[in-house]
Order: sequence, then C-alpha cells, then structure tokens
Amino acid sequence: MNDPKCSGCACTLSEEEITKRLDDIIEEYRDKPGGLIPALQIVQSLLGYLPDKVIRYLSNGFHKSYSEVAGIVSFYSFFSTTPRGKYIIRVCLGTACYVRGGKQILENLKQELGIDVGETTEDRMFTLSIARCFGACGLAPVITINDDIHQRVKGAKVRDILKYYREKDSQGKEMN
Amino acid sequence: MPNVTINGVDVSVPNGTTILAAAKNAGFEIPTLCALEDLHAVGACRICVVEVEGAKTPVPSCVTPVSDGMKVYTNTQRVRQYRRMMVELLLSEHDGVCQTCNRFADCELRKLANELSILDVRFTGDKKSRKIDKSTPGLMRDNSKCILCRRCVTMCNRIQGVAALFPQNRGFETSIGPAFSTDLQNVFCVQCGQCAALCPVGAISENNHISEVWAALDNPDKFVVVETAPAIRASIGECFGYDTGTAVTGKMVAALRRLGFDAVFDTNFAADLTIMEEGTEFLTRLKAVFKDKKDAPLPQFTSCCPAWIRYAEHNYPELLPNISSCKSPQQMFGAVAKTYYAKKLGKKADDIVVISVMPCIAKKSEAIRPEMNDSGVQDVDYVLTTRELGLMIKESGIVFENLPEEYADAPMGKGSGAADIFANTGGVMEAALRTAYEIITGKSLPFEDLHIKPIEGLIGIKRAEFTIKGTLPEWSFLEGVTLKVAVTHGLGQARKFVDALKAGQEECHFIEVMTCPGGCIGGGGQPRFTTDEVRNQRMNVIFKEDEGKKVRKSHENPEVMRLYEEFLGAPLSEMSHKLLHTKYKPSNK
Ligand code: SF4
Ligand code: SF4
Ligand code: FES
Ligand code: FES
Repeated sequence: MNDPKCSGCACTLSEEEITKRLDDIIEEYRDKPGGLIPALQIVQSLLGYLPDKVIRYLSNGFHKSYSEVAGIVSFYSFFSTTPRGKYIIRVCLGTACYVRGGKQILENLKQELGIDVGETTEDRMFTLSIARCFGACGLAPVITINDDIHQRVKGAKVRDILKYYREKDSQGKEMN
Repeated sequence: MPNVTINGVDVSVPNGTTILAAAKNAGFEIPTLCALEDLHAVGACRICVVEVEGAKTPVPSCVTPVSDGMKVYTNTQRVRQYRRMMVELLLSEHDGVCQTCNRFADCELRKLANELSILDVRFTGDKKSRKIDKSTPGLMRDNSKCILCRRCVTMCNRIQGVAALFPQNRGFETSIGPAFSTDLQNVFCVQCGQCAALCPVGAISENNHISEVWAALDNPDKFVVVETAPAIRASIGECFGYDTGTAVTGKMVAALRRLGFDAVFDTNFAADLTIMEEGTEFLTRLKAVFKDKKDAPLPQFTSCCPAWIRYAEHNYPELLPNISSCKSPQQMFGAVAKTYYAKKLGKKADDIVVISVMPCIAKKSEAIRPEMNDSGVQDVDYVLTTRELGLMIKESGIVFENLPEEYADAPMGKGSGAADIFANTGGVMEAALRTAYEIITGKSLPFEDLHIKPIEGLIGIKRAEFTIKGTLPEWSFLEGVTLKVAVTHGLGQARKFVDALKAGQEECHFIEVMTCPGGCIGGGGQPRFTTDEVRNQRMNVIFKEDEGKKVRKSHENPEVMRLYEEFLGAPLSEMSHKLLHTKYKPSNK
C-alpha cells in the first residue's frame, strides 16, 4: 500500500501529511525492540483509530506481516480499528442496571444519537457501547462517558446529558 | 549434565533438555498434542503434563527443562485426570464431525481421545461456529476444528517467514488465522501448505479436487492424461502402509492406469525438458557476461517452485529478471501435452484433460494462474496432492500391493536420473549442472557418481564451487572460471541468503530455492507426517532411483530429444519460448 488514505476521519491532516507522519514514526520506532506497540499508540492518538490501510502500511514499514500486526492490534483492547467518537458512552447492562432501566436508557441513547451499539455519530462526537457491571450496582442504572460516571440515570435525562457534552465541546473550541 | 529420575529410572541428560525429551530417553513416552520435536514447543495444549516432586501443580513437560535431582512422574492418577480433562475440554469446544472430516484417519486429537479411553465428554462448551475458508486455490481452513496448538504459526513464521497465520484476539476469543480472522485471500500467503502438513486436526488441509478428477475420468468425450511429480514415487507407498523410503514407481503407474487415465505420463519427462531450457538459459547468461561483456541477470534463480515465485513477486520484485523464465515442470508438461501430444492424437487442446499429481499445494494455485494457458486453454486442469491420489486409489478398491510394476506411456513417460532428483533439495541444481557442464566441456560433471555432496542434505543454506576445466572451443571463455552455486530450502532460509546476497555478503552464479524444507519430498501435499527423519529416508530413495537409471542426464533423455526434433526445434527456440517460458509480475498483496 502506498497511500494510507484516512478513510474520512475527522482529523485535519491531509493524506500527504499522514503518510509523512507515518514514515517518521516508522523511521523512529522500526529498530527499537518492541517499537511496534508505541508506534501503533501514537498513530491511534493521531487518527483516533487504526484504519486498515494504515495497519497494512505500518506492517510493511516494520517488515512484519499484516496478520502479525493485526494479531497485536486485536490482542490489546485499547486499539480500535473503527473510528471512535470524542466521547465514548458505555451503558451498563449488568444485572442490577438492566433491571433498573439500563435497557431503556440504551434505547433512548440509540434514538437520540441515531446510531447502534458499536457505532459512532457522523460528527465523530459520540461512540455508543455497552458494558457489564461497573461495580456501582447500588447506583444503578449507570452509564459512563469517558471518565465521568453518571448514576441513577433516568431515561428523560439522556437528552440533557448529551447536550452538556455537546456544549462543553463547542465552548472548548471557542476558547482555543 | 543434570541427573534426573523419571518414574524411578535415573538418566543424565544435557543441560536444557526438556522433561519430555529426558523421559523419552528413559524409555517413557508422554502424550503430546502441540509440541513437535526440534521445531515447536509453546506449551499450548497441556496434554504433556507430568508431576514433579515439590511442584504444586502438574507442569507441561515439553517446555520445562530438567534440573539436577529432579524427580518426575509421568503416569500418576493426577496426571491422567488432568490430561483427560484437557482433552475433554478441547473436545467440548471442537466441532466434532469426525465421520466427514478429512483427517478422520490420522487426526491426532481423535487418536489421543481414543488412547486415553475418553468415551464421554463431561463438559458442554460453546462450539466454535463453522466458517469454511476456501478463499485461496490451494487451502481449505475450518477454524471450528482448530485446537490452538500454533504449529502452523511456527511453520508460517519461523520456517517460512511469511506469517500469514498469526494468533488474533485474546483469551476466549483467540483464533489462529489471517489478519482480523478474515479469509486467507486477504493476506499474503505463498500457498506452500506447510501449515496443512503440520496441523494435527482437520483445521487446515488442501482444497480437495478428487471429485473434479472423477468427473473428467467419467466423461467419455475427454482424453484424460496424468503426470506424476518426481517426489510422488518416493512417498505414495506410505499411504498404503509401506515403510517410509520405499519407491513404488511401477505400482503407482499401474494404479493410475487402473483408475482409468487414458495415458499415464511422468512429470520427470518435463523435468528433463526444464533442465534443457533452464541450463541453456544459464549458459546464455554466462556467455553474455563472460564473453560478450554485456549485462545479463546473474545470479540466476531456479523457478520450479511456484511458492518461491509468489514469494519473490511479493518480496523481491527487483530480482524477478534474475529468476529463470522457465515454467515449472508441471506447467511445461501441460503446455506440451495439449499441443505436441494433442497433435499426435489428432485432438484439440480442449479435448484433453491434464491431471497432475504433486507433493505440493502451491501447484494448485500455479495451475490457475491466468497466464498458464499457452496451449490455448488452461494447460493443467487439476492438481492432486499425493494424499488425494492415495485416497482415490483406495476409493476405487485397487489393492496397491498386489499391483504389477508397469511403465509409463510414450511419448512423455521417460525421465532421467537427473529428473528424479528434482524431488530433493539441491536436485535441480545438480541436474542442471550435469547437463550444463557437459555442454561446456563435453565431459561429465567432475563429482563422484555425479553427486555434488555439499549441496545435498537438510542444512538450510548450502554452497558449492568448482573450476571449469577443459572447455570445448566454443566455450573457451569459461576456461578457469570458478562457478559458485547455492541451494536453499525453507523460505526463511532463502530470505536470509537473498538478503545477504543483496548486501554483497554472498557471491553466486546460480541459486536453487525450494519453499518446502527438504524440497518437494517434504511438500505440503505429502503423506503426513513429515519429520526430518522421513525427509532423509525419502531423499535416499530418490537418490537410489537416480543411481539405478541408465540415463542420468537430462540431455540424454530420448523422448526429450524427440520432442525437440519433431516439435520445438532447440532449447530457447521461438516455440519453446511460447510454450515453456513465462513472465513474472511484482505483486503487493
Ligand atoms: S500455505 Fe504456507 S504461507 Fe500460506 S499460511 Fe500456510 S504455511 Fe503460511
Ligand atoms: S489450524 Fe491446526 S496447526 Fe494451526 S493452531 Fe489450529 S489446530 Fe494448530
Ligand atoms: S450492574 Fe451496572 S454497575 Fe453493576
Ligand atoms: S505438548 Fe506440551 S503443552 Fe502441548
């Protein structure tokens, strides 16, 4: 692969810039023992995820097979091969949360965001996923958004919660 | 040397010896499922557990080295229970459709369950879902049968340096296969089939073409011819209980005739033809460089191994001009059968079906390369492995050992001793030099019994050199030139050599590369199980075949001479180029 097209992600780098950055990263890490994992991490933080073409490009650069690099990427849960939003929403579907409305909250979120579990909104703001028991069953139902924990969430509040993050984001942009 | 006691028997073994090996030494076999002697020990299956005095839990003997004073018990009740449990767990996840599994006869898991008298499985696990991957021409994968032993991973990575197969995901989700558990066609694979040769269960095997071959044999409108590769005669006996290292050439021919082939030919004929073309090509390059002081692609690489061709097209596009443009013997045979022989029969290329029997899985994928149709139609129709031919003979009810010895048919059934040795690593090189040397000097290759000893055997990279003396006038420019040749097998070794060559650390005129360790006698389609001992036995019997022949040089094969007289003209003629040579193209997949 010669052109690691960033298949439509929200980052602002042009294709040439991405190729250039990948080449630099390969150059820097290729000969370091165990250099592949940090290189993958850097690329993921640059692009938000690891597109297939980029994985193939890196495997060439590191003189490793595509299957080997894929094996490493799929081994560690912090690598993602699909685009992820700025905010990762995890809805607990453990027993306690489930019986106390977790399922409904998930439905509301799906509707509000217009996406299914595992998907990301078109504006790359939110990724929706599910989880099993955060160990906060007393506060069920629980959802987390990045590092924030939201407890005793009510279906009607879902819209407000999302609004909070959307506004937080646009304020952040104004401040920059 | 540590002293250890195994089941009360004292042995002393070299440092670093595993408990498994020490126990064997002391006379005790420990069952294994993933480990392979000298090749693979990862402790994946835990069948090989033993008790060590002082250790709380049983330890896997294949990955645990002995230490001085160690006391080991290989057959305690605890060990037996543990082993049974591990096998039962494997069986509970395994999609066990043994009756219809292609490995029914020699599955190592089934054999083990039987040996441990497992008559019932106490657990009900989630069976892996079945997804058959037939995305590549040569291989069939069924991951629902995979027991995660990782033999294929070791083979594909460490020996072949391809790494098409690798563990994906982790924990319960672990699967062995191509990137992100997709189909094999999405990654680079040379189709050598060495993974299939080692898999203990039915998770990887060749794509079976037996029914296509029966259909051709049953079709009254088709004239079906068969060719058998040099390595088949040295191994197919194993399918019928013969000792490894028994040549069954005559019976094999008889069996093929009784299967209903209209003509039984020999790939050895085409191997001799390959030498005529490839040897002449090599001499042409030498002449350009040494006499005409022109540029010509030296060193020359051999081209008989289609898996090596794929590897080079992918990894060494810059070396493609150096690779001999000769097709493999299989493909030369197909092209000649559907032109020269078709003409003799008064038939069209289309009326003839060419079946080849190969020790190889990559040949299945070579036969369908789009450019392999110089006769006007696909030159070789179907490729069977040695194993598949063995099955066909059994299915037809032929009692192999009762067969008479018969000879292959004219005009494409004779092979010289030089063709026989194509089966062994180093053989193509030796065969080429037997002819090339004689063309240059008019004398036999100056090695005892025509064998170039330094390029024989199982060492991964082998070299030989000799000085050319007593040239004929036409070749006087080669007088005193020291010819250097090299032979590698196993793509990992080939890569090591080629990289050294590119870095200027190796110097060479002619290089033979075979993908399978040991050469074709160790091919991915050979009867299982191929160990180094088996390789040596098969190589020895091939040498015996060669030495027993009156004609031991390709250029003395009377049928090949006749082909040139009647049809091709001379080596590298226009007709030769059209039918016997090919072009390679870089590939980035
Ligand atoms: S056929 Fe050869 S290259 Fe392909 S996966 Fe198997 S061992 Fe690897
Ligand atoms: S495919 Fe076969 S050789 Fe490979 S890990 Fe699975 S069982 Fe072992
Ligand atoms: S079930 Fe949701 S936190 Fe435990
Ligand atoms: S044979 Fe030792 S762990 Fe599999």
